[in-house]
Amino acid sequence: MDQTHTDSPAAGSLETQIGTWRTHLRRSHTITSRDAAELEDHLREQIASLGADGLSDDEAFLVAVKRLGAIDALTREFAREHSDRLWKQLVLAGDADHGDTEARAAGWSRRMWVALGLAVAAAAAMKIPMFFGIPFDSDHSTFYPLNIGFLILPFVAAYFAWDRPLPPRGRLWLAAVFAVSAAVVNAFPFVPKPTPSTMVLTMLHLPIALWLAVGIAYVGGQWRGSDRRMDFVRFTGEVFIYFVLIGLGGGVLIAMTVGIFHAIGMNMEPVIVNWILPCGIAGAAVIATWLVEAKQSVIENMAPVLTRIFTPLFALLLISFFVTMLWTGRGFDVKREILIAFDLLLVVVFGLLLYSISARESQAPPGLVDWIQVTLVGSALVVDLLALWAIGSRISEFGLTPNRVAALGENVILLANLGGSAFLYARFVQGRAAFSRLLNWQTFYLYIFAAWAAVVGFLFPLLFRFA
Amino acid sequence: MSINKDLVAASSTALVLAILADGDSYGYAILKRVRDLSGGALEWTDGMLYPVLHRLERSGFIESRWALAESGRRRKYYGITGAGREQLADERRQWQMVDKTLGKIWSAMADRASAPVSLVPTLQRS
Repeated sequence: MDQTHTDSPAAGSLETQIGTWRTHLRRSHTITSRDAAELEDHLREQIASLGADGLSDDEAFLVAVKRLGAIDALTREFAREHSDRLWKQLVLAGDADHGDTEARAAGWSRRMWVALGLAVAAAAAMKIPMFFGIPFDSDHSTFYPLNIGFLILPFVAAYFAWDRPLPPRGRLWLAAVFAVSAAVVNAFPFVPKPTPSTMVLTMLHLPIALWLAVGIAYVGGQWRGSDRRMDFVRFTGEVFIYFVLIGLGGGVLIAMTVGIFHAIGMNMEPVIVNWILPCGIAGAAVIATWLVEAKQSVIENMAPVLTRIFTPLFALLLISFFVTMLWTGRGFDVKREILIAFDLLLVVVFGLLLYSISARESQAPPGLVDWIQVTLVGSALVVDLLALWAIGSRISEFGLTPNRVAALGENVILLANLGGSAFLYARFVQGRAAFSRLLNWQTFYLYIFAAWAAVVGFLFPLLFRFA
Repeated sequence: MSINKDLVAASSTALVLAILADGDSYGYAILKRVRDLSGGALEWTDGMLYPVLHRLERSGFIESRWALAESGRRRKYYGITGAGREQLADERRQWQMVDKTLGKIWSAMADRASAPVSLVPTLQRS
């Protein structure tokens, strides 16, 4: 019965109509070509069935399209289900209205002014302590390295608190987190040797804990949803890349400043160290945040692109390392730094894994990229286990200093994360588990990272008596 | 009689899983089956079924594959998984509980309707 319709003179126009419909459907990026094919199959079957009931092609097409639902409503429904695709779509995040272009433009410029205002405020917050005689230079004072998170991140959080429908209780809670931790950390009586290691650990871990607190503002308080947390992970990757790019531009700006003023015999270094650098860092953080929000849809996300490039290369590196080790029979040169080195390796592998799965179409069947990913994670696990085994017996010999406990803890946490990921990924590749299990595992792990960063940042100084 | 949207949405998981428990199927056929079973009372906007199917797939309750249909077009077929069967059993218990509870209320209401004092004046007094 299909035949009678495709042979009729109107068949050409039906195909054109379906073609136009498909184009409209695909205009929204939330519907992929696979989804469109699935919907088109539905449409065609409906048309055929209506045709069999005696409707003409035109009538059948109209009825079938109407039954399938308005394209706007359809894309909205698809967007709700596939928030990973929506991420690229959110030109104005947090805005539910699909308003006209004028309203959008107004929202855009309003956000820009708020972001600029907060950037200036962050720069001012960076600058104020200097007026009280605290040098920015970390050689002379530990104030800035310890407090930099408190000087910048509240403004990033404030942007989201303003932009998102964050309930007042959430705002209060967030403000309390920043205020209390700032008070606690600055009240810590660190041992007054040049830089006690618990203090360095706090400096390194505190910003991580605070950043995850910013995440609560980012998701508008809905941090229980795995999807929203994954959005925050995506955001983190993008904001990092933007920040680095702005930093590179800033470096050029600073070099130029030094160069041209040098030409007229002026030394700009004090201005750069005391003004441009601190204010630039603070402002760049807020601006990068706003840029990621505003430009999401303009370019393809960068973090997944970079992971695509480096995942196979790192997998190759690890395998060749492993093969070389077996071939030459060399053991690990057990030094104290080995733990840190392998922590860094795990961090890189974790980052590659996280950002490739964050961008992966979760319905797509397993492919070559997934195999490479499993290989990468598997070989990282093997190499790290070998390293741990090699130093295992000597950990006690080294003594339990705060640095080593932190390094060991980080290694164990990342190892568990990658172990779980490898297990879930392997099951997914074999077709025995849904990809979402892997996503949920990673977003669940944000809690563990937050908890660990807080433990090292706040409890280690107490445990090790501020040494 | 048509059934309100929220109710249709709430029952969609149970319906889709139950239909797929009978055997693999695809979007159009699933909708047709729902329409036939309910005598047309359960009416979906056709396109809205697909996000539901994708959500169930993402949760691992169903899985999909593309195959060639007899029409010569490529078609996406869905089948239920082990986890899907467990979910279906769970949904079934829940719906039966809702049904049972409502059943009791309906019969209690029928009893009261025959009694002299109705519910409405009681509410007005308080």
